[in-house]
Amino acid sequence: MPKINSPAGLEELRNRILSIRDQSRPCIAICGGTSCHNLDNQSVISAFKEAIKKKPVEGKVDIRETGCAGFCEKGPIVVIYPEGICYTAVKPEDVPEIVSQTVIGKKVIKRLVYTDPNTGEKAVHENEIPFYKNQMRLLTCNNANIDPRNIEDYLAIGGYSAVVKVLQTMSPDQVITEIKESGLRGRSGGGFPAGRKWEAGQKAEGDTKYIICNCHEGDPGACVDRKMMEGNPHSVIEGMIIGAYAMASHAGYIFVGDEFPLTVENTEIAIRQAEEYGLLGENILGSGLDFTLKIKIDGGGYVCGESTALMASLEGRVGEPITKYDHATERGLWAKPTVLNNLQTWVNVPLIINQGANKYSTIGTERSKGTRVFSLVGQVNNSGLVEVPMGITLREIIFDIGGGIREGKKFKAVQVGGPLGGFVPEGQLNLTVDFDELSKAGLSMGPSLIVVDESTCIVDMVKYFLTFLSDESCGKCTPCRDGIRQMLKILTNISEGKGNEGDIELLEGISEVQNKAALCALGQGASGPVLSSIKHFRDEYEAHIKDKRCPALVCDMLSSVIL
Amino acid sequence: MDNDKIDKIIDKYQGDASSLIQVLLDIQNETTWLSKEILERVSEKYPVPFSKVLHIATFYKAFDLIPKGSHEIHVCNGTSCHVRGSSRVFSKIKELTKIRPGETDPDLKFSLKAVTCMGCCSAGPSMIVDGKLHSNMDPINTEDVLRSCD
Repeated sequence: MPKINSPAGLEELRNRILSIRDQSRPCIAICGGTSCHNLDNQSVISAFKEAIKKKPVEGKVDIRETGCAGFCEKGPIVVIYPEGICYTAVKPEDVPEIVSQTVIGKKVIKRLVYTDPNTGEKAVHENEIPFYKNQMRLLTCNNANIDPRNIEDYLAIGGYSAVVKVLQTMSPDQVITEIKESGLRGRSGGGFPAGRKWEAGQKAEGDTKYIICNCHEGDPGACVDRKMMEGNPHSVIEGMIIGAYAMASHAGYIFVGDEFPLTVENTEIAIRQAEEYGLLGENILGSGLDFTLKIKIDGGGYVCGESTALMASLEGRVGEPITKYDHATERGLWAKPTVLNNLQTWVNVPLIINQGANKYSTIGTERSKGTRVFSLVGQVNNSGLVEVPMGITLREIIFDIGGGIREGKKFKAVQVGGPLGGFVPEGQLNLTVDFDELSKAGLSMGPSLIVVDESTCIVDMVKYFLTFLSDESCGKCTPCRDGIRQMLKILTNISEGKGNEGDIELLEGISEVQNKAALCALGQGASGPVLSSIKHFRDEYEAHIKDKRCPALVCDMLSSVIL
Repeated sequence: MDNDKIDKIIDKYQGDASSLIQVLLDIQNETTWLSKEILERVSEKYPVPFSKVLHIATFYKAFDLIPKGSHEIHVCNGTSCHVRGSSRVFSKIKELTKIRPGETDPDLKFSLKAVTCMGCCSAGPSMIVDGKLHSNMDPINTEDVLRSCD
């Protein structure tokens, strides 16, 4: 493939790809996300290849492994186009029947389509399934339409058109104004306005500036960033090229955790393809913009998601956070101006440029714009990747999209924001997804929503989070290193029936000090699960301490009974 | 792993000081664990003080400084798998093999690692044994899987 050297050349290539693609040609799309991959989608793919051999459809139907379709609960997901018939939890032994009945016979196999566990209703097409119907999929909708390892698939759905628009018609200042007007806020949790960060990056002095995409995501139970990255890596690259143009940066990094082999693989392929097509490297599309993008793999450590620790890790050092005397936009990676954005922030950029800031800012609430992708997991019927507009209530996400609680059990709480977040009880489920609303309630906009039912013990869950955090604390500052350890000790005693009167107050006291004195967000945020659980589920703590009883029958109280 | 192979991996990164973590990851991909000799060679070749190499190798969770058993068990310890019962899987493995996360048994048969999140929360608790995923684990099928490892 010769390098494309002008924006017009890219449009020409896109037209050529579209002209040779027949939209009505049958296609079997099999989800290739991490979850379906682990559920052995490869056997399903080989079964399809085998099944169409020597059939009249041989050579007339495409088989495509797509990005993550989001409905991980029912994987592997198979969609038969052009009819768009969606089959869930497909096994290799179902494949011959799908080929003969659906691909050739154009008939729907009832037992393989989605059945609503609450109503028993069947849904043949993806958009009829309640899980998809109630979402607003702007960023994730393309995952299921493309093979993430094929740049031409991305071009065929209009990919890189935002880069063309920016290079042809916009100045760097205009790009930054557009991002500012869109109201896009950083998706890492804090919600800092992305446009203002970009502006600071643009104004920073120096020839060398870096931009970084944080796709680290060490949260236990969150798999949003990695699935978006592996499912549509070119959309991230496109966002970063636009960022590089706006801020005059010539080097960027995508920082990925070591536990996501598929993400690393797909990202490497995407970067290589973008380079081959002249979308990365020197003189991008003949515009004079030079921008190289590299992938860096982390050695594994939750704390490396913190910005200063992340940059230390990128520099090849241990990921210990430092006090932020300077903004990274002035002194970041290798002491150069650096703009670090979360992966979800970057993927919003092409959407904003294509739609225009005005249209984009109509989605969401007054101060939180656009959509947010969550990992909806735990004891909920339809778990997976969900994309919702800002302003939606947690109740709608859990009951309309998530389909309520598994096995007809009773809802107890939803944990928002992972180990540094907090619990939301049933009474507060009308809380909306909005940076300011959540922060007022003491929560952060983390990537995961973990739903727990009545069979979960809240004390045990807080103990779980503190075990994780004490293991992941880098050990640099005392409040975090020792504070978490002491809180864990108290909680372990409580859960073993050895709790004492006054333990709850002690936990509150330590949390308060830790929140103020710890160096980075990990230490400060560790108080989140502790304080919110005490606030909403104090009776559970008291049952453990006073009655030596675990209401959910999770904690092993046997030792204390014998004593 | 002989020194030539280590040198080759280091040379790939052209002595870039920021690549120390990537070099150790690449080496471990081939050897499955990092011995003292390997760390010493990396420190000599770079050159960086041995203490710095050791600091990195002990700080990051990806690195193992003890030999692995012939069967590698990875159990997901993400929040979703936890609320769905991964602690019962850990207890069963401990009962059968006497090892806890991060350990290898004296016969070098099993190594156990707790993973933060495997990305398949919907099928949890999940466990990977020798590269193959087993989903919806409970103590009974955990025992079946481990007994099938020779």
